[in-house]
Amino acid sequence: MNQPDAPWGTTIFDGRAARRGYALNKMCYSFNSGANRAEFLRDEDAYCRRYGLDDLQRAAVRNRDVLAMIDAGGNIYYLAKLAGVFGLNVQDVGAQQTGMTVDAFKAKLLAAGG
Amino acid sequence: MARIVGGIGTSHIPAIGLAMARNQCAEPYWKPFFDAYAPVRAWLDEVRPTVAVVVYNDHGLNFFLDKMPAFAVGAAPEYRNADEGWGLPTLAPFAGDAELSWHLIESLAAADFDLTTCQEMLVDHGFVVPMQLLWSGKRDCPVRTIPIHVNTVQHPLPSPARCLRFGETLGRAIEAWSRDERIVVLGTGGLSHQLDGRRAGFINRPFDLFCLEKIVDEPEVLARLTIPELVENAGTQGPELIQWLIMRGALGPVVRQIQRNYHVPISNTGSGLLLLEKAA
Repeated sequence: MNQPDAPWGTTIFDGRAARRGYALNKMCYSFNSGANRAEFLRDEDAYCRRYGLDDLQRAAVRNRDVLAMIDAGGNIYYLAKLAGVFGLNVQDVGAQQTGMTVDAFKAKLLAAGG
Repeated sequence: MARIVGGIGTSHIPAIGLAMARNQCAEPYWKPFFDAYAPVRAWLDEVRPTVAVVVYNDHGLNFFLDKMPAFAVGAAPEYRNADEGWGLPTLAPFAGDAELSWHLIESLAAADFDLTTCQEMLVDHGFVVPMQLLWSGKRDCPVRTIPIHVNTVQHPLPSPARCLRFGETLGRAIEAWSRDERIVVLGTGGLSHQLDGRRAGFINRPFDLFCLEKIVDEPEVLARLTIPELVENAGTQGPELIQWLIMRGALGPVVRQIQRNYHVPISNTGSGLLLLEKAA
């Protein structure tokens, strides 16, 4: 998504992103329910189709590719619920997005303490 | 008459709730963070507020993108917590004060703030983590609560300037309430953090320290920032500072700082803590 005003490596979750990502985010919002999380795990792609995810969004979910989910309109607060289905936290997600190991990502956070 | 006894700015990071649930507070990673809350808890024990107005942002528990209010005020007799999907234990409900809620709603609306009113409202970690940090260990939470949600999820977000004015109006409304209450206002979230994108893990210590300093005596400096400037300097989730500005606005022009702390990192975030009293 082309957002010339956004800082490097940053997507502003605006109306355009919210429209693009509505189905994906709605599916992730459903993961507030444990029953829905279990149902997703039984047949992930069927669950994605039921929520109307398009090909790019389904592929991003299948590949656990967070940057691709964001490109397809995913909002991190809802995506965090998808990560939660797999027992992953925001350090795991941060490491993946920055191409670092989780340990290296945690070290980078610690280094911000100065 | 009701009186504002103080304002507290605090993080609301979910990992804090997990650390408390797992009894990790004394571990080296967590101890300095939790220790900084001891003076604030002692202050609360002394001042004994009866009501907490909690300004936070919902992160996808009560509100989805089908309906996203800029400002939503709870007007319920109680507020329930619920499963957010990633393992934070669900807490017991928090008592509300619907009469005070409606007084605040009417006062804010009379000052041209258009609100969403919620007679049912699930409260997520943005609300419950600060409540746990400040009052956990009490068998029953000793305060009634008024949750105020601010949209920091879907842009456009309310501007810092509007939030400071919202807080000023909120403060006047609180002090016009006829009942004898001691009210504390919590501004939650922040400070710098970015969870998403290739810039994930961005934390800006100098900017956070600048915000912690300016919000005490010169909040209008922060109110002049734009949301894009907050994103650039504090990360995609950094605009949560607007919730602190509402808290600060409610305290009126002159305040006294009682406690200030900054700790990096907690989870992916620069965490701030600020306790302010209204100057007499």
